[in-house]
Amino acid sequence: MVALGALIALVLLSPLVLIALDARSAGWGEIHRVLFRSRSGFLLRHTVVLSLLVVAFAASIGTAAAWCTERAGIRGRRIWTVLLVAPVAIPDFVVGYAWHSIAPQMNSLLAAAIVMTLGTYPLVYLPVAAAFRRADPTMEDTAHSLGVGPVATFRRVTLPLIRTALLGGCVLVVLTVISEYGAFEILRYQTFTTEIFTEFQFEPQAAGALSIPLVLLGLLVLGTDLIIPRRRSARIAPRRTVIRRRLRPRTAIPLAAGLVVLIGLGVGVPVGTIVYWMIQSQHTTLPAAATLGSATWATLRYSALGAGVAVTLALPVAMMTFRRSSPTRMLLERSTYVTQALPGVVIALSLVYFATRYAYGVYQTGLLLVAAYAILHFPLALVCVKTSVAQAPSQLSDVGRSLGKGPVVVFLRVTLPLLAPGLLAGFCLVFLTAVTELTATLVLAPIGVHTLATQFWAYQSEVAYGAAAPYALVIIGLAMVPGALLGLWFDRERLVPGR
Amino acid sequence: MTGRSTSIRTRRWPVKAAGGALLVLLVAIVASGCGSSNGATAGSATTLTLYNAQHEQTTARLIAAFTRQTGIKVRVENDDEDVLTAQIEQEGHRSPADVFYTENSNWLQQLGERGMLEKVDAAALANVPKQDSAGNGDWLGVSARISVLVYNTSKLTASQLPKSVLGLAEPRWKGKIEIAPSETDFWPIVSSVARADGHAAALAWLKGLKANAGENDDVPDNETLTSDVSQGTTDLALINHYYYYRLQAEVGKSSVHAKIAYFAPRDPGYVEDISGAAILKSSKHKPAAQEFLDFLTSKAGQTVLAHSDSFEYPIREGVPANGELTPLDQLAPNSFTPAELGTGLDAKTLLQEAGLL
Repeated sequence: MVALGALIALVLLSPLVLIALDARSAGWGEIHRVLFRSRSGFLLRHTVVLSLLVVAFAASIGTAAAWCTERAGIRGRRIWTVLLVAPVAIPDFVVGYAWHSIAPQMNSLLAAAIVMTLGTYPLVYLPVAAAFRRADPTMEDTAHSLGVGPVATFRRVTLPLIRTALLGGCVLVVLTVISEYGAFEILRYQTFTTEIFTEFQFEPQAAGALSIPLVLLGLLVLGTDLIIPRRRSARIAPRRTVIRRRLRPRTAIPLAAGLVVLIGLGVGVPVGTIVYWMIQSQHTTLPAAATLGSATWATLRYSALGAGVAVTLALPVAMMTFRRSSPTRMLLERSTYVTQALPGVVIALSLVYFATRYAYGVYQTGLLLVAAYAILHFPLALVCVKTSVAQAPSQLSDVGRSLGKGPVVVFLRVTLPLLAPGLLAGFCLVFLTAVTELTATLVLAPIGVHTLATQFWAYQSEVAYGAAAPYALVIIGLAMVPGALLGLWFDRERLVPGR
Repeated sequence: MTGRSTSIRTRRWPVKAAGGALLVLLVAIVASGCGSSNGATAGSATTLTLYNAQHEQTTARLIAAFTRQTGIKVRVENDDEDVLTAQIEQEGHRSPADVFYTENSNWLQQLGERGMLEKVDAAALANVPKQDSAGNGDWLGVSARISVLVYNTSKLTASQLPKSVLGLAEPRWKGKIEIAPSETDFWPIVSSVARADGHAAALAWLKGLKANAGENDDVPDNETLTSDVSQGTTDLALINHYYYYRLQAEVGKSSVHAKIAYFAPRDPGYVEDISGAAILKSSKHKPAAQEFLDFLTSKAGQTVLAHSDSFEYPIREGVPANGELTPLDQLAPNSFTPAELGTGLDAKTLLQEAGLL
């Protein structure tokens, strides 16, 4: 298991090799100049302040939303899940443009915080919802019956249940903010990453070196995760004891209203902008059905495969640290997150480097693109899978073994179904993110293959927003699919024998 | 538990084997399900690979016309010119690209200095004015763009505008302009000012611009500059002419509340920028690539360009530009050439010294 995990970590860390090589060829002088000018301190401060703001908001909103849909017993959970998860699939450019048009004079920190919070709360929502799904609600009922108030219950009972998921989601949020570029460009909020892109134009190798602080920042963030004590999460809910709570309209309506506002801001505003583009544009002809169809199929194919590979690779890495924890295992697992802090173009170019030198046969083929998606979004899958692994008690698989079944059978029939919510959440999250992936796709896709994201960009970068709009709408439409599947699966779970 | 050995190592092997088999299976599915190869030559027809950083739709039309005329197919990778340059440099001699078509000439110059370009045939070079291509024949000029002022018509009149680009640094424009220093289109203007008035004057001018732009000294691109001026978010900006016409084409003339104005004749800010194409030394289809470059600068190719949505100026003699534009012979840009822009190094240094980058 460790060997497999180590291999995966090695593959995921390979972009760092290129950064090191680039740094060497750029020369220490240029790097020193770029890293240590006063602007760097200013950018670092910007990045840190924004990350703190966004993680606080996104964690609260994500957890609250997850609690509403999974615990509070609100109606129409499937639809809420679909809509709440959708913002991940909305292209950054659209969101940034939308908010910049609505309030061009808004303070750039505030605008950036709003945009990033709306874009990253699903990264907290999905793992936490998966955790709620599996955790035992009777513990909270017991606390209530013992006279503990709702706030204290949340702090002492609920929070420990979702601790792993919440922390994992927060780490993802911070790493995403660090590596964000598209939205900040429009909102004119300067961070280290926007600087990398600017530097990239003059000195691509120095730009690679500029990624080093990002990596260090990412490691710092991952390190803080270790400070907080870890505890094995609670037991799984026996389904029979879950009573569907009936919410009184007094509580149901404000909750529903809150969710509607969130969805309105996260999905409604960008969709409204896209519709506005279509209305305002002179080029009102819709794209050829053939182009739209082939782009959709390409997006679907590559994103789904990328998500599948990411989740499959995440499984051994997640299991590696939970069955037996040791410093090596922890280190290996942590190292796989590092690439989430890097801009997509850095990773794409490192894959170009490796492919043209060692694996030319796969250069600019679908295989490399799928590998790129898996590498880029691996941490998203890992966080979701880890949540499930934390909650799956080893005792159940031991029971299976003691009943005489071999390890493979036990894995397929006992462990895998227990891990299902996390695996599916991970698949959905990676799929949604891969659907809008642009920079790596432009570089690595087989020549002549277009995805919805590259077609959107082809028109948007030429200010032909009306022509770009249909592609954006299809992307958002596609985003509804994984959310719906997730909801369907959750509702059709089989009963797990209670302890 | 009696009987069989229950050492942990023995028990884990089947799990590992299953995991490994699953991975192999997945890789096989992925490999078969991904299809498309990266080969370029197919059967009898040659296929060129073009890395394109220019207007995608115009390039598509040029390619269609080229294929109709010669039967040579072209497959295109589109991306920003800085990413494509970095990609070509990473790919090195194994690059699948045959031709590289960019918006600004300094990227081609950079590749040329690294020895990665093949000399363009004299026949193609003769299609366009000599100063619009590389002096040593590394790359070929294809189209031109002119730097202009775009101003909001409800806030300013033509007579209030500065006649020289240096006038933009004056205090009366404080809070009324926006600039996009990271746009490569800006660098030729900076180089031109430095050439005309010297390094120190250019630096002072840039610092003046930075002070006047205030918060808006890092607008990401010229498209945003143009639409900001049109919407009244700012009064004045420096762009290349075609952004204005493209915005008009997109939202309609009645929705654009702006006009463009040219600088005084031969002003340092009145620059003709050249967009060009080059053949990579690593190309495996050099004759076909030479044909393509020849087509781009032929009467047929330049006419396609002129009638397209890119709104750039064809540089071949005798091919009129898009009817919307002011004809090139009526304009008076200064004598700044791509050779003087070079790789853009001095522009970049100036911008960094001024704290704009």
